[in-house]
Amino acid sequence: MASTEEIRSNLAEIVNEIAGIPVEDVQLDKSFTDDLDVDSLSMVEVVVAAEEKFDVKIPDDEVKNLKTVGDAVAFIERAQNG
Amino acid sequence: MSKTRVVITGLGATTPLGGDVTSTWEGLLAGRSGARRLTDEWVQNLAVQIAAPVAVEPTEVIERVKARRLDRTAQLAVVAAREAWADSGLEDSGLDKERLGVAVASGIGGLHTTLSNYDALQQNPRRVSPLAIPMLMPNSSAAYVSLELGAKAGVHTPVSACASGNEAIWLGLDQIRLGRADVVVAGGAEGAIMALPLAAFGMMQALSKRNDDPEKASRPWDVDRDGFLLGEGAGILILESYEHAKARGAKIYAELAGAGISADGHDIAQPDPTGSGARRAMERALSEGDLTPADIFHINAHATSTPQGDIAESLAIRQALGKEADHAVATAPKSMIGHLLGGAGAVESVATVLALKNRVSPPTINVDKLDDAIELDVATEQRKLPDGDIAALNNSFGFGGHNAAIAFKTL
Repeated sequence: MASTEEIRSNLAEIVNEIAGIPVEDVQLDKSFTDDLDVDSLSMVEVVVAAEEKFDVKIPDDEVKNLKTVGDAVAFIERAQNG
Repeated sequence: MSKTRVVITGLGATTPLGGDVTSTWEGLLAGRSGARRLTDEWVQNLAVQIAAPVAVEPTEVIERVKARRLDRTAQLAVVAAREAWADSGLEDSGLDKERLGVAVASGIGGLHTTLSNYDALQQNPRRVSPLAIPMLMPNSSAAYVSLELGAKAGVHTPVSACASGNEAIWLGLDQIRLGRADVVVAGGAEGAIMALPLAAFGMMQALSKRNDDPEKASRPWDVDRDGFLLGEGAGILILESYEHAKARGAKIYAELAGAGISADGHDIAQPDPTGSGARRAMERALSEGDLTPADIFHINAHATSTPQGDIAESLAIRQALGKEADHAVATAPKSMIGHLLGGAGAVESVATVLALKNRVSPPTINVDKLDDAIELDVATEQRKLPDGDIAALNNSFGFGGHNAAIAFKTL
């Protein structure tokens, strides 16, 4: 089972690839839109890439609840354990 | 009411001969071919395996994150637009962006995006990019150029197959003459060297099949021509009202004197063999530019290297210019860069402007034996153009019977 830090680090690489945000900026307390400037279409790309990377399903309805990097990491952890 | 005079104050290009205007122009003057045999895996089953890809990959120039949001065609447009914009010096001129328009054409649009997302769809619908639509829409190049420069007058995308690039310049000229803009960033782009277009143009019997000798494949006006060579790239010209350019002390390359559009009304793919539609486009460009055939000393022909098209255009030029065609040097850049589809007219307009500015016609390569049916003064070596006030025509014709001729003159 991946640790929280492993998930955050892998997610940071996805966000970097798609939106060009430096990996070190993608920390748990950061908001995707307000802090990292990830727009809504890029967020969809991040979600789909995360689904493939972590082998989880992230329903479209859930995406609006993933405000911070920490929200996304927690969701992925729960989905992997569930 | 007198016409607003419009001039060219900036040029940009990325082509099979180079990643900018200077390298492209040097390649044209040197008679260099940008053609090569493709080695990609996807080409192996195709009848036509040759093309003229751009010399510099746009992803080497555009920032990575930006590049992945742009189709290849829009990437090429943005590269050329950045160069033209920088060349014009307009960024620091205090230009009101509500007076800045864009007209950037494409013949096909974001085909890379369309095809790659169709492949993704077959695997899993969730792999389709949320950016697919803004990337594949035909106006994507014009839109991204306008975003890049902050242009807030109209943003336009003429689509008329291989006449598109010239139609964009025609449209840009009108925008300035109608008082809707002071400056228009005009041109065209295409990045469509892919299996589908190569197969589809190949099935039309439109492409040269000289797979074993790619640099000899595009041979406009030669007796042994057997079709065009698919190229890719973009050309952008900064069109500016003369008053605006003069007021800011801009460098001026040439005057955009007139532009003429016509339709063949003949066939979806074949040119009117009498050349009537093409003749009317040239005549309109001349009359709108207050020019006569005697003013024309350089003709950048459409000349794609197809058996019928080259002859129809030669007839049309003879009809439009009459005896004065004797002193007009005809040149066919497609012999070197191939056919850039929606980018063709734009890149060749850049070349036409430089021919006037430098008073030299680039050569046409591969004319080993001129077809007897071609009654033009074809230069196979560089040819010096005369001093004094002279003008030039640039022709582009497209499937659908679209004809677009642009007249430039020295200033």
